[in-house]
Amino acid sequence: MCALCGVLSGSGHWTDAAARPGLFTRNVDGLQRRRERGHRIACASRVLNYYGLTLSDWQASSYVLSTATGKTEIVDNLTHLWATAEKLLGRPCDPLDPDLILRLETSGG
Amino acid sequence: MAEPIFIPVNLITGFLGSGKTTLLQRLLSDPALADTAVLINEFGEVGLDHHLLERIDDTMVLLQSGCLCCTIRGELSAAIKDLHSKRERGQVPRFRRVVVESTGLADPFPILSTVQADPVLRHHFRLGNVITTVDAVNGTAQLARQPECTKQVAVADRLVLTKTDLAQAAATDALISRLRRLNPSAPLSHAAEAPLDAEALLSHDLFATAGRSEAARRWFAAEVTPRDDEARHDRNRHDETIHAFALSFDGPLDWTLFGLWLTMLLNRHGEKLLRVKGILNVAGSSAPVAVHGVQHLVHPPVHMTAWPDADRRSRLVFIVDGLDRGLIERSLQAFLRLDAGNGVGVLDQQALA
Repeated sequence: MCALCGVLSGSGHWTDAAARPGLFTRNVDGLQRRRERGHRIACASRVLNYYGLTLSDWQASSYVLSTATGKTEIVDNLTHLWATAEKLLGRPCDPLDPDLILRLETSGG
Repeated sequence: MAEPIFIPVNLITGFLGSGKTTLLQRLLSDPALADTAVLINEFGEVGLDHHLLERIDDTMVLLQSGCLCCTIRGELSAAIKDLHSKRERGQVPRFRRVVVESTGLADPFPILSTVQADPVLRHHFRLGNVITTVDAVNGTAQLARQPECTKQVAVADRLVLTKTDLAQAAATDALISRLRRLNPSAPLSHAAEAPLDAEALLSHDLFATAGRSEAARRWFAAEVTPRDDEARHDRNRHDETIHAFALSFDGPLDWTLFGLWLTMLLNRHGEKLLRVKGILNVAGSSAPVAVHGVQHLVHPPVHMTAWPDADRRSRLVFIVDGLDRGLIERSLQAFLRLDAGNGVGVLDQQALA
């Protein structure tokens, strides 16, 4: 937990599963966790660009999602990311949206 | 036998009158399942079902406050925690598995979600199998009319067809074909015909290491093809829009991009994505990774010890309600081709060259 903000870490999200025997996770050690977070932010940004949103790391425990006009929210994990993006945008973020798919296909994001 | 690190919680579901209690009664009479704790839930003022079950002891808990899916956060998690506490204090036998019998009206999803999301439960328990009973006499009509019934079939890991001795053979065959379309990969047992293999129903799930490869192989053993001939009939049927399909992808895929795509899809369409199961060839991982989700809930991904067969492609089976297969495939392909600068995230390296 962050003593300053009282933010509990460890969301239990499946993409951040705690390392246990038999489970597949990239949440094993600090270095791997950092690398995965960096990669995740880079990947997510390619999709979020389409919506005019930017994502950055926050204390290696959460993410900061911002609109072009500076509206900002802190998100814990990927599930919250999409729900928060929709809230900030006021419209759905649908991966099955043919226009989004076309943009990703043609420009690589 | 060694005690499991995480105690599996199995769910027996099925529509009203489809034989859940009878099935439970039969399973509990099996000596192999003597170390099972049972939670029974009956909709209504009085819990009737427990009177039908002979074994009432300390490890059997009756949840009486109503339909499980409505009271889920409180009563079910409190009941399982209480059982666990008594087990640790030696007040009840050290049970090795839990079976929850849901009401016929319950949506299975919140029950599964409770076990996985509860901060205490998820450190001691894991999800086992969802066993769905389907009544051979009334099943076809229930599937056509009751959304809960269709969902219960779609999320099942095991299907048990009951009352086949009372139904016409032709009607049973038609029902089986419909069940197969809704859920092609769940093994189907006939309760009336043979002694039930309790071990097979309650064990060999994906998260029990022993049965993992076998469980994954079964996902893809059944041919998942759209049954257009059937789909053309009965357009007003409730389950008409629910169908299963399989996608496969060549080459290793990027885990992060896959996670990003699936969470985005579940956020928007989780209600309609009844089931997703898959074996993934993940870039940088020598062993395959199995993913397994029910609606908004995705189980922690597991490392398989080996590939179930010679096929090294990533394979995913979807059971969806009204979602377009073509769009799902195109969307996933588009995400997996995103190059985030790390030189990964491609299915087909040549496509980016």
